[in-house]
Amino acid sequence: MKLQIASRLAVFAVLELAAHPDRQISAAEIADKYGVSTHHLAKVMHTLGRAGLVRSVRGAGGGYQFSGNAKRTTLIDIIQLFERVGDVENASGEPGEDTSAGGALRQILDEIDDITRATLSSVTVSTLLKLIDRRGSAGPSDVGVGATPYS
Amino acid sequence: MASAAFSVFDRGQAAPSDALGKSRDGPVVSQATAPARSAAFHVRRAEDADLAKVIALDMEVTGVAKDAYWADLHERYATRRPGERFFFVAESADKRQILGFVIGEIRAWEFGSEPCGWVFGVSVDPEVREHGVGERLLETISAAFRDAGVGKMRTLISHGNHLLMSFFRSQGMMAGPYLQLERDLP
Repeated sequence: MKLQIASRLAVFAVLELAAHPDRQISAAEIADKYGVSTHHLAKVMHTLGRAGLVRSVRGAGGGYQFSGNAKRTTLIDIIQLFERVGDVENASGEPGEDTSAGGALRQILDEIDDITRATLSSVTVSTLLKLIDRRGSAGPSDVGVGATPYS
Repeated sequence: MASAAFSVFDRGQAAPSDALGKSRDGPVVSQATAPARSAAFHVRRAEDADLAKVIALDMEVTGVAKDAYWADLHERYATRRPGERFFFVAESADKRQILGFVIGEIRAWEFGSEPCGWVFGVSVDPEVREHGVGERLLETISAAFRDAGVGKMRTLISHGNHLLMSFFRSQGMMAGPYLQLERDLP
């Protein structure tokens, strides 16, 4: 499975912010870390804001904060703001769908979609942060380390 | 795999919100300090006197009464092969309530698997969820499996039970190398 870039950015942004609930982090910092344009990320942040997952803090030192519940917000809550996940309706109207072969193929693809949905629906932001810590690689926990990591 | 696989824990459960003290195994030991209705509890091996309370808790959670099933399960998992079968309960500090339970066992060489610990039942009183009871129960059975010499713990979860899956994932469990298959019999 491959996520659209907006979904990936949204997940990264939420993880960055949720990892540092006591900080406001600018879109520029996050965009810089993941090598994307601030303009592109700003649109993602706007969508996350409308969904109540982040809020912006204005003024000097302002930025974004995570405003969701890390133990309740799952990957699918974030991704579905930007794309449909394993959506059967998405496949309607495809050539041959009314044939027996089309039905058999749909049954198999539905199996995969079920697992995708179950996985994305059960992984919370909190669980992902723990996984990042366990992996011990450069993740959200390294944001802000040092005085001015982003210019 | 477990001959009586089931999963309860299926109403309103979310990821636990507090971290309880670590313990190597039960009979236990640490006191929870979360501000739950029943704030303190301990985890220990199930005893005969717990059976009625476990049945009542399961009835409350699942809505299905199955006394004979529980009596059989208790007899097999609380009284036999204590080195490889584990039935733990979380009991309130005043010893008046059973707040949750976990059941599992070590199985070997089924499905080509080396010995591992299977968790096939876990349940927490809905009134005290999100206060670390499930986490503590899972820690206890994890320690029991580890002490018995296995290095892997598994369970089986319905695709549709996202809350239970969230709980297990919050405890570090990931998809394993097996896929469950089935068919209707003619």
